[in-house]
Amino acid sequence: MPAVPEELNIGYEEYRELAEREKPAPPLVRNALTAFISGGAICVLGQAIQNGFIALGLNPEDAANPTVAAVILLASLLTGLGLFDRLARFAGAGLAVPVTGFANSVTSAALEFKKEGLVLGIGSRMFSLAGTVILFGVITAFVVGLISAIF
Amino acid sequence: MGSYLTAFLVGGLFCLIGQLLFDLTPFTPGHILSGFVVAGGILGGLGLYDKLIQFAGAGASLPISSFGNALVKGAISEASRHGVIGILTGMFELTSTGITAAIIFAFLTALIFNPKG
Amino acid sequence: MSQKAGRQSVLFDPPPYLTSAATVVGPMEGRGPLGDDFDLVYRDLYINQKSFEAAERKMLQEACSLALEKRNIKLNDIDYFLAGDLLNQITVSGYSAAELGLPFFGLYGACSTLTLALSWGAMLVAGGFAQNVLAATSSHNCCAERQFRYPTEYGFQRPRQAQWTVTGAAAAVISAAGESPRIAAVTTGKVIDLGEKDALNLGAAMAPAAASTLIRHFLDLQRAPDYYDLIVTGDLGQIGSGILRKLLARSGYFMEENYNDCGLMIYNPELQQVEAGGSGCACSGVVVLGHLYRRMKAGELNRVLVVSTGALHSPTTLGQGDSIPGVAHAVALEI
Repeated sequence: MPAVPEELNIGYEEYRELAEREKPAPPLVRNALTAFISGGAICVLGQAIQNGFIALGLNPEDAANPTVAAVILLASLLTGLGLFDRLARFAGAGLAVPVTGFANSVTSAALEFKKEGLVLGIGSRMFSLAGTVILFGVITAFVVGLISAIF
Repeated sequence: MGSYLTAFLVGGLFCLIGQLLFDLTPFTPGHILSGFVVAGGILGGLGLYDKLIQFAGAGASLPISSFGNALVKGAISEASRHGVIGILTGMFELTSTGITAAIIFAFLTALIFNPKG
Repeated sequence: MSQKAGRQSVLFDPPPYLTSAATVVGPMEGRGPLGDDFDLVYRDLYINQKSFEAAERKMLQEACSLALEKRNIKLNDIDYFLAGDLLNQITVSGYSAAELGLPFFGLYGACSTLTLALSWGAMLVAGGFAQNVLAATSSHNCCAERQFRYPTEYGFQRPRQAQWTVTGAAAAVISAAGESPRIAAVTTGKVIDLGEKDALNLGAAMAPAAASTLIRHFLDLQRAPDYYDLIVTGDLGQIGSGILRKLLARSGYFMEENYNDCGLMIYNPELQQVEAGGSGCACSGVVVLGHLYRRMKAGELNRVLVVSTGALHSPTTLGQGDSIPGVAHAVALEI
């Protein structure tokens, strides 16, 4: 623990407490409400798209795949148009938790680093945010798969 | 055809939980979404996530937790057919659409657009 | 005869002149309450350049040209170019130095770079090592976001303690002979780390450094806060400035109406979504060299103490679990 300079007349722990007290509380209720409503709305949109595919003749199981692809396309487009981050400021987890968040993380990274070229920019940095989600998904599936295969 | 009400309520609930985690814990979105995927995988392994999808449709299949479920299902179903190696060969079978779409659309978007700040 | 005062300060005699100043800003800053005090307001963040980084370079170079033009100072008259910015390896400053072709001191003080550069420039001039020094700093919201936080189009919800990096550049000429205002004294800050780990709460990370430097300034020069018409910190923002007042009070220093923070001055919180206020090298840069400079020349302010504040972390140190050290340098300007 570094020494606190004498002119400050405060202890390290005391300062930690002061800083914590001064930190503003997030608008919990408002954020929770907007996340609930926007997240719900995204899922309703997804359901509508899926129902649309079913109406076109696909059976319910097969309709899930093009639905995910359509939602991802939408999220990527909104990201490219510069709208996704504005919506997310308001919606928070409502846009981050559905697969829209995943699509946005890959697209925004690709967009940001395109100035560094296709290989060193887009190629190398595209998964800088999404990589962790893929990694832990795979690890979980591996462990659960092993457990399931053994028992 | 799936019900819109259950999709709204369950999907909204997933996002509500995510928002509370964002606001009340020091974890980054990366941490929290990874947690969702892990949770989805575990629920998938227990056979519970599919029931949730049957009940809530897109309300359960759109949140990122379903990615975990899909990875687990792919691994388990291939393992049940071909033994332990199936875990490796089958894992991405069901999530292929999502990952491929994300890559292709992100790449195309990056080619066409520029970040606006 | 200029000399060291106390532990961390220097009192200049004769005080060097802050003979010219120029500022350029981005669209958001132009729409803020101080919009009219900047020399140039750009209409977008790219300024027809190939990238945000190239745009920031253009801004810094523009501010430097304007500062020289305003007083008809030729590039040949400048002995040293002092500059710093937020980007890795301070490339904006280094590449601008290449364009200018001047002997270059590259500085890194994060958001404290303005007063770091003014201090260093004043010491060079008052020490007889230079007749004219060009000091400059810049920051760009998108460059800072992508380096320190997330890609600019990432859907991230900013918490209330987060601050918004100012897009802009500021340049000044410090001379042995010239026009007021003058740099009367400087206090060089120590780096202070009191354990703040939230990179979105830099106000709390930097407030101790600002408090330390201010207290040392008052002790070294035997002054009280009311010696100054105005004391400004660089970018403590809403949260940091509140903490600063509390820290100073513990040591018996009270700043009443004569304290403000550049991060709170540059944006209009009602109309512009900036959470806890502005930040970045250009925050104090443009507010001081644009707005306050004008007010001093107009006779509205005679003694101003500027304390720019910086956070010396990096994404790497954060990832490794280190807390965020802060630093603050003080420059006393007098008519």
